[in-house]
Amino acid sequence: MSVDAAPSLRRALRIVGVGIRRQPRWFAFAVAGSTVYGVMTVMTAWAIGKVTREQVQPAVEAGHATSAQLWTTFAWVAGVVLLNVVGVVIRRVAAGYTMFNVAAHYRREVTRQYLRLPLSWHHRHPSGQLLSNANADVEATWNVFAPLPMAIGVVVMLVAGIVQMVLVDPVMAVIGLTVFPLLFLANMVFQRAMSPRIARAQQLRAEVSEVAHESFEAALVVKAMGREEQEAERFEEVTRRLQAANVEVGRTRGTFDPVIEAIPTLGTLAVLAVGTYQVSRGALEPAAVVQVAYLISVLAFPVRALGWVLGEMPRTVVGWDRVDAVLKARGALEFGETSLPADDAAHAALTGVDYSYDVVDEQGDESPFQAIHDVTIDLPAGATVALVGPTGSGKTTLTNLSLRLVDPDGGAVRIDDVDLREVRRGGIPEVASLVPQQTFMFDDSVRGNITLGGDFSDDEVWGALATAQATGFVTELGDSLGTHVGERGASLSGGQRQRIALARAIIRAPRLLVLDDATSAVDPAVEQAILAGLRKATSGTTVLVVAYRMSTITLADEIVYVEGGRVLDHGSHDELLARCEGYARLVTAYAREAAERAAVEADEEGVTV
Amino acid sequence: MSATIEKTSSLGTLDTLKRGLALSPELRRGLWVTLALAAVTTVGRIVVPFVVQQTTDHGLLGAGGPDPGLVVRYVLLALVAVAVTALTAYAVNVRLYRASEAGLATLRLKAFRHIHDLSMLTQNTERRGSMVSRVTSDVDTISMFVQFGGIILILSLGQIVVATVLMAVYSPLLTAVVWLCFVPLLVVIRRFQRIVGRAYTVVRERVGDLLAAVSESVVGAATIRAYGVESRTAERIDDAIEAHRAAAIRAQVRSVVAFSSGQLVAGLTLAVVLVVGTVLAAGGHMTLGELLAFLFLVNLFTQPVQQATEILNELQNAVAGWRRVIGIVDTPADVADPGDAGVTLPRGPISVTFEDVGFAYPGGEPVLHDVDLTIEPRSRIAIVGETGSGKSTLAKLLTRLMDPRDGRVLIDGTDLRDVRFSSLRERVVLVPQEGFLFDETLLENIRFGRPDATDEEVELALTELGLDQWLEGLPQGLRTEVGQRGESLSAGERQLVALARAYLADPDLLVLDEATSAVDPSTEVRLQRALEGLTRGRTSIAIAHRLSTAEAADEVVVVDRGRIVQRGPHRELVQQEGSVYAGLHASWAAQQRG
Ligand SMILES: Nc1ncnc2c1ncn2[C@@H]1O[C@H](COP(=O)(O)OP(=O)(O)OP(=O)(O)O)[C@@H](O)[C@H]1O
Ligand SMILES: Nc1ncnc2c1ncn2[C@@H]1O[C@H](COP(=O)(O)OP(=O)(O)OP(=O)(O)O)[C@@H](O)[C@H]1O
Ligand SMILES: [Mg+2]
Ligand SMILES: [Mg+2]
Repeated sequence: MSVDAAPSLRRALRIVGVGIRRQPRWFAFAVAGSTVYGVMTVMTAWAIGKVTREQVQPAVEAGHATSAQLWTTFAWVAGVVLLNVVGVVIRRVAAGYTMFNVAAHYRREVTRQYLRLPLSWHHRHPSGQLLSNANADVEATWNVFAPLPMAIGVVVMLVAGIVQMVLVDPVMAVIGLTVFPLLFLANMVFQRAMSPRIARAQQLRAEVSEVAHESFEAALVVKAMGREEQEAERFEEVTRRLQAANVEVGRTRGTFDPVIEAIPTLGTLAVLAVGTYQVSRGALEPAAVVQVAYLISVLAFPVRALGWVLGEMPRTVVGWDRVDAVLKARGALEFGETSLPADDAAHAALTGVDYSYDVVDEQGDESPFQAIHDVTIDLPAGATVALVGPTGSGKTTLTNLSLRLVDPDGGAVRIDDVDLREVRRGGIPEVASLVPQQTFMFDDSVRGNITLGGDFSDDEVWGALATAQATGFVTELGDSLGTHVGERGASLSGGQRQRIALARAIIRAPRLLVLDDATSAVDPAVEQAILAGLRKATSGTTVLVVAYRMSTITLADEIVYVEGGRVLDHGSHDELLARCEGYARLVTAYAREAAERAAVEADEEGVTV
Repeated sequence: MSATIEKTSSLGTLDTLKRGLALSPELRRGLWVTLALAAVTTVGRIVVPFVVQQTTDHGLLGAGGPDPGLVVRYVLLALVAVAVTALTAYAVNVRLYRASEAGLATLRLKAFRHIHDLSMLTQNTERRGSMVSRVTSDVDTISMFVQFGGIILILSLGQIVVATVLMAVYSPLLTAVVWLCFVPLLVVIRRFQRIVGRAYTVVRERVGDLLAAVSESVVGAATIRAYGVESRTAERIDDAIEAHRAAAIRAQVRSVVAFSSGQLVAGLTLAVVLVVGTVLAAGGHMTLGELLAFLFLVNLFTQPVQQATEILNELQNAVAGWRRVIGIVDTPADVADPGDAGVTLPRGPISVTFEDVGFAYPGGEPVLHDVDLTIEPRSRIAIVGETGSGKSTLAKLLTRLMDPRDGRVLIDGTDLRDVRFSSLRERVVLVPQEGFLFDETLLENIRFGRPDATDEEVELALTELGLDQWLEGLPQGLRTEVGQRGESLSAGERQLVALARAYLADPDLLVLDEATSAVDPSTEVRLQRALEGLTRGRTSIAIAHRLSTAEAADEVVVVDRGRIVQRGPHRELVQQEGSVYAGLHASWAAQQRG
């Protein structure tokens, strides 16, 4: 029956050991402080006894207290108390340092890991849960450092007590020490009962965080559709489940604590009962029994401190498992050693690329969905290639592949004949920039959003803004380049955000520029101006541009038409228009529509006239 | 001006407690029973050692030698006492857990609900991660105190009173000495409470910052990778982690100082009592035995005092959490639902009127000036204009996501501010420029538009929009999981879902803000046709940069730098030479030619 529980305690101790190794010094301080505290707690009673015998009693008997007697009395008691307090301060402060330092370390580790793990991992792990991993789970793991030093420090009391007991009477001591197997048993039962409950509570905590995070991100849509009640119900559902889970945890803990508290008393009573019997048989002195009974009650306190630590252990294990799952997650991109050349337009090529997404069904089972089939695209140095295709045809996936945001399952992506998987960490962003279809703004200034911490002068920033046709509105912002754009750029209009994202790419003067429908939110006039600017600014750049509008398309030296994840055709605009039906349908859709409308209107007019 | 979310409420400790208890009535429910049970437990904790003492004194060391019979009886008595203590302790624990978890769940719900009631602009004054901390870890912080602290505090106060009375029976003078020693402590504690409270408040704010930083890094994962700014992002997160660590340690140190001052005073009191007691005993005012008994009582007094100082720290921690939650709950919802006092609009085509509407974002320049606009029922309007000219702002005013600074917006002749939200949201639906899908199936996402729609109705909606073919191509059809924020779909597909969702809601006024900007032209044209047929009979307003939308509309409204500069059918506007619309259209036409 103990198969699960014992290893779990051992695991908990191992985890605690990992934590101690992170902060050995602070932890040692905390234990030292705690030891001082333990010794001084025992000393307090002893000191009072001593001064009562040596100072107070003589004074009372003499009917007169000398100031020497009074000072000695005061000094002994106050001294011991002072040391005791010093011990407590050291213990608590050092325990705080240990706990928060270790927690901060693991928060860094976890969040680093978030930055390392691939996008596909992020797709599978709700952001809100990740917040919970970095906060609540790390906290749950290391909370044990609050009671731990105390428990270790008072072990001194424990050992001293046991030794004295054995010295007094070994047989009685054995009876007294049955307390420990009892404690062990209680703890085992407790660990078994507690672990699954804590795991559940911690998971629900993460789910509450998940729902909250998603719901707050969706706030505008929720409001626009008047679904506040529905969201509240969704949140209530998980919250109530968390409530129930926490109550279950509390019930278990609430059973364990009184039991732990009662065990020493039970030991004392056992000693008294057996002792009295022994004394009445004449096998033992009454004083010995009294002493052993007293010693057990002295042990009650360290035992309780131990109980606090044991009570925290299941949380430690569960928290650690959740944190460790993140730390152990595999699939982070491996990097090579190669550096890409730094100058001149890049020559990029996708050859025979396959790519599948893992799609999850309602049951949570994963299956691959092949979004890209054997795609080959060549981007000669300095060329502009347009990627055209209907909604959901795989354009964004291809742009992601071309910058190694994801790795292909088959085939290869190369820049200047170097397989991207061999490029060193950070090598690709140095030469290639992407303006994604959906802009992401950091909670930072306009300048910060463009430079992203890179070493660019304000002149360069203005230059990039000019190409992106953003000079005008940035100048009008309250604090110009220093204006904070709010979280996710909330204080900018859609088109403004998109132009800042463009400037972010342009300023890097990349050798390969990938534009994924990067002008979808700007008006036609601005779009025209941006394209003209880009033409000038990107002379040393290879450009891959996802586009629908003919003006953009016709900038391209070559057009690649994709549908259903396959390249159906490529060539010049005129060639494709002539021979590729899907392409023609797509790019002439607006013109045909306009013509049809005009015809209908002409008809109507003809009729009315 | 819209309200700003307070980082923390500025209520004092007591007011915070009061407000906190009012927000979670469960915390007080059944408290008397729990208190009574807790008192029994406390008495038990004192009685058990006493009985053990008696066993030794009378049974073992009795005058006539050990008395096994008596010992057995006493031991049994003690066992009963242990059992009662344990049982009541268990009952107290469970009751406290139940009450506190119920109370805290309620608090979470109230805060969550209120966040959604806040106006859009108010919501934007705080980062999402930080909001999450208000309904998660801030509430968790409170739990420690409400589970045990509160009740122990009350019991401690009781014990202090009892101990004082007992002490006074032995020696009023020494009792006065004890209290004199503790008076300075009370002053110190009061001061420290404030310091500790502030320190904990900073910790809570840092947690909010931390979560906001983490949130940004996971939501922006793709951009961070594309630009290789992992290390910069890591630095930003590290700063937040470090700020939190430093704040937590500061708070810890302060609370340790506060706690140990209690301990120190308790110890010193013991020393002082011993000294003064010695003088008194030497002077014959009390016996040595009385002095020793008094010392025991002093312990009975100082122990709850120490416990109380500890719990006061815990209280400050809880108050810090409460202040954050109350900070959000007490932020006024300035775009408020008139509720029952409001007007319920009858169904049917809607007319819209803007009367001299002016608007400026908080702290910004005006973005809309004197907008006067009437939109007839059943008309299909396109709003066009340069980026940043104020189109989305107009749409948000029209759907009452914000209230105008000047003038009024009326639908069917009623000021929007007087229309009940339930009625408004049912009849007017906006597909915002920044759409959002939930991490659920396609079906559930579309059903978000009308929760009671059946699967068939959802399917029908997609068919009517001409999206059935697209649906067939999806790996699991309507059961396809769209992933977080819908990221398992392509950008265009996400817009299709958002559109279907609004369509399913079946509003009388449909406002589309760039709802098809990422959809390919031929799908867009098809959708437009479908919508045209379907929106006949209702009013629709479409904001678009692609002028195909304008060409198809009954009327075009041209916005330029916050003013309406032109309006009329496409045909007429293009002919107004040198006009904004003519310029836009020329660019558009040029684009089509390439
Ligand atoms: N993370 C993902 N998981 C599963 N499937 C995905 C994921 N991302 C995209 N897909 C699917 O892969 C296909 C290609 O998507 P992609 O985003 O590349 O299309 P796209 O051509 O960019 O479309 P759009 O024009 O709408 O932006 C789509 O069918 C889409 O549903
Ligand atoms: N939340 C906000 N806080 C402050 N300023 C804002 C906010 N939202 C928009 N603005 C500003 O108000 C102006 C109008 O923005 P709006 O979003 O209405 O433009 P738009 O016409 O919809 O542009 P786009 O075509 O780019 O979507 C812009 O200058 C923008 O910077
Ligand atoms: Mg795309
Ligand atoms: Mg807009």
